[in-house]
Amino acid sequence: MAEHALQTHGKSTEKSALPLEYSTEESRLKIFGFWVFLGAEIVLFASLFATYLVLAGRTAGGPTAKELFEVKDFMMETIILLTSSFTCGLGTLALRNRSKGGILFWYIVTLLLGLSFIGLEVTEFIHYVGEGATIQRSAFLSGFFILVGTHGAHVSLGILWMTLILIQLIQRGVTAATARRVFIVGLYWHFLDVVWIFIFTLVYLMGVAY
Amino acid sequence: MASDKGNAQTGHGHRETPIKHIFGFILSLVLTFAALWVALYTPVSKPVMLTAILVLAVMQFFVQLLMFMHWTEGSGTYQVVTTLYGVFVAVVTVVGSVWIFFGMYAM
Repeated sequence: MAEHALQTHGKSTEKSALPLEYSTEESRLKIFGFWVFLGAEIVLFASLFATYLVLAGRTAGGPTAKELFEVKDFMMETIILLTSSFTCGLGTLALRNRSKGGILFWYIVTLLLGLSFIGLEVTEFIHYVGEGATIQRSAFLSGFFILVGTHGAHVSLGILWMTLILIQLIQRGVTAATARRVFIVGLYWHFLDVVWIFIFTLVYLMGVAY
Repeated sequence: MASDKGNAQTGHGHRETPIKHIFGFILSLVLTFAALWVALYTPVSKPVMLTAILVLAVMQFFVQLLMFMHWTEGSGTYQVVTTLYGVFVAVVTVVGSVWIFFGMYAM
């Protein structure tokens, strides 16, 4: 129907001033709804940041942030996630240009970067546990693993979600509905990078500087 | 909802170029390494350092919102206000908790 008529794989010719993902009232409301969800996610992470920050000095004689964090390791994680946010943005740009191949290429690059980020984070956690820095060791480590772990769980969920959306995109092509889903999962991915910026600053940089 | 006049700034018929994205990516890398440099290699006092890296983080937050997330498109004002309200609650929660707890630690 209307959705089908909008399906284009090359350059669009219709007059509409709005990009495909905003082309129906339902899509516009769902995108706005996703921003409301992101507002709630900001508050969720704020409560975990507050918990971590008030407990960061309570190491109970166990390892401190300064002893644990390796500058090279967390910089690698940061650069990988920043780059994945950039490639995800290029995926959304490909969506604006109605290029199915472009969306697939950039989103798959994003997924691979996301997977390598998770790989590094799991390696980091295993390394800490090997040094006796477990979640039960001190209040500092409880706060650390809950905050950084919740972010890692979000990234893992994002990888799964984005994979499913890409399968749908391959099956159905660039329609008003798939365009909206590609756009929304992109918003989610950028948001994960935003949270990481604050983990990088308040957990890792402060951890090695204080 | 002001959706009919959603101010998506993307006309059709001509392809969008990634200039904004490339600029945003370079800016976020510069801000990240600037924060690392301030935290590790400058001899400023702790409060000055903390303020500086927080300002850099907030700048990066806006780079993501404006360069990558199409923040002001679609429902424009509505989603901007929603996000900023989330940020307001976040700041009250974090700053309030830190203020109270560190006040108690100092007693």
